[in-house]
Amino acid sequence: MYTVDYSKPQDARAAQVEDADRLAAFDARVAADDFIEPKDWMPEAYRKTLIRQISQHAHSEVVGMLPEGNWLTRAPSLRRKAILLAKIQDEGGHGLYLYSAAETLGVTREELIEALHSGRAKYSTIFNYPTLTWADIGAIGWLVDGAAIMNQVALQRTSYGPYARAMVRICKEESFHQRQGYEALMVLANGTHAQRRMAQDALNRWWWPSLMMFGPPDDNSPNSAQSIRWRIKRETNDELRQRFIDATVPQAEALGLSIPDPALKWNEATQHYDCGQIDWEEFYAVVRGEGATAKDRIQARIDAWEKNAWVREAALAHAAKRSTKQAA
Amino acid sequence: MSQTFTLSPAELALRLGDDALILSHRLCEWCGHAPTLEVDLALSNIGLDLLGQAQFFLNYAGEMENAGRDADALAYHRDEHEFKNCLLTEQPNGDFARSIVRQFFFSAWQQLRFHELAKSGDATMAAIATKALKEIAYHVQFAAEWVVRLGDGTEESKCRVADGISWSWRFVDELFTGEDAALRPAWEARVRATLNEAGLDLPAPVRGITGGREGRHSEYLGHLLAEMQYVQRCHPNAQW
Repeated sequence: MYTVDYSKPQDARAAQVEDADRLAAFDARVAADDFIEPKDWMPEAYRKTLIRQISQHAHSEVVGMLPEGNWLTRAPSLRRKAILLAKIQDEGGHGLYLYSAAETLGVTREELIEALHSGRAKYSTIFNYPTLTWADIGAIGWLVDGAAIMNQVALQRTSYGPYARAMVRICKEESFHQRQGYEALMVLANGTHAQRRMAQDALNRWWWPSLMMFGPPDDNSPNSAQSIRWRIKRETNDELRQRFIDATVPQAEALGLSIPDPALKWNEATQHYDCGQIDWEEFYAVVRGEGATAKDRIQARIDAWEKNAWVREAALAHAAKRSTKQAA
Repeated sequence: MSQTFTLSPAELALRLGDDALILSHRLCEWCGHAPTLEVDLALSNIGLDLLGQAQFFLNYAGEMENAGRDADALAYHRDEHEFKNCLLTEQPNGDFARSIVRQFFFSAWQQLRFHELAKSGDATMAAIATKALKEIAYHVQFAAEWVVRLGDGTEESKCRVADGISWSWRFVDELFTGEDAALRPAWEARVRATLNEAGLDLPAPVRGITGGREGRHSEYLGHLLAEMQYVQRCHPNAQW
């Protein structure tokens, strides 16, 4: 997973011509915490918002295979290599669940992939950062999967049934990988001087991008209000972000690593950590596709798709021959 | 050759472990770059199975060597002339057809080899082989189905799979040296059946290129190991 809803809903408000009775019934069901299912009536803007959010979530899983895959051939032990390979495999599987969930809304996986490759659909900003050392793999497991889980646990109660069910399945696997990521980092934090330095450097580089995974601040999140009314989202970006910080700071302390935020401080009155200002300029730049590895990531996906088109064509041609033979 | 009759269990474990380790590494390179998400998952899945086999064999090889080396020490701290994998497994991925043919040839061989190994008097080797055979049956099926899809797909896919066969064919002899020569007829029958289904012929014999089992590899292995071993070599005494 790991997505946040970034792109603007061009047509979210265009669909108000719909049957007022149906809309009222829909609103009542959502308010009563009923799950909406594929054959149920839904407002067109709800459908489109979900297609956007679920597909971007799916794309994030698939693009997210690349930064971790970058270290597969260099993993420093066979055990770590096997864990990483299993994890990336799970991500591909999560992508498949999510594409299936999106397809229940009346789009095809091919259309969604086309939207990703052409730049119309987005994926999580986090995957536009490079993995520079082995410690980054632990940091991604711990922080990035941790942030993802925070988001996804909330989405287990999202109003669209197929999406909620995908989240339940995904969260189970994801929590396991998160623990493994943390454990990998723990070994480094308790290892040699060079390993400890590597772990701290990874935390320094991944901390702020992980906080950005929760999306823009509530006062600048135009989709949030409608998504919360429809119970697609159950909690705001800032609420989830705060919960992540509160859960993660003690974990960093347990590792003996320091969070790269001089303003970070426990607030006895609020019972939360206060923290410094996120660099929103960087966030919006990455959303616009100006992240360090943005071009590489999308190019890798386009290449995998286009350079292997002949394989998919062969499979289709073979299947067609086979069904002709069977029909004869 | 008399050499195979004196092949020690430790040497055999090393060979089989290195085969699995190196081919697994090649499959890792596909991760995120396959023709479809389903194929991506399947290739990772096979890579993960092979990595598991490598760990079993190499740990056992280390145990028999009794010099305090485990699978990690063997994987990360040997130089290329000490690796005993067959040349087929270290061949570059090339396009999908090359990778699939390499997989099919290797897995079909492994299936026969492990079928024998499962009957071995060495209980550890037999146990590893028995577990692996379940995985290998899936690998052979996956690869054979793709050979058929590509061979009996489009003109382009047929050309590409033919190229893949000709690329790998030079390395087949090495699989059947020594006592493994007895496996060749069954292997050829298995491969011929799939190639025929794909509308392809078993190639004519060519002069086989060998050397992997003696630690004389292609130019590809050095690069592969440089990448695989670099973190361990930089931090030789660290735990991960």
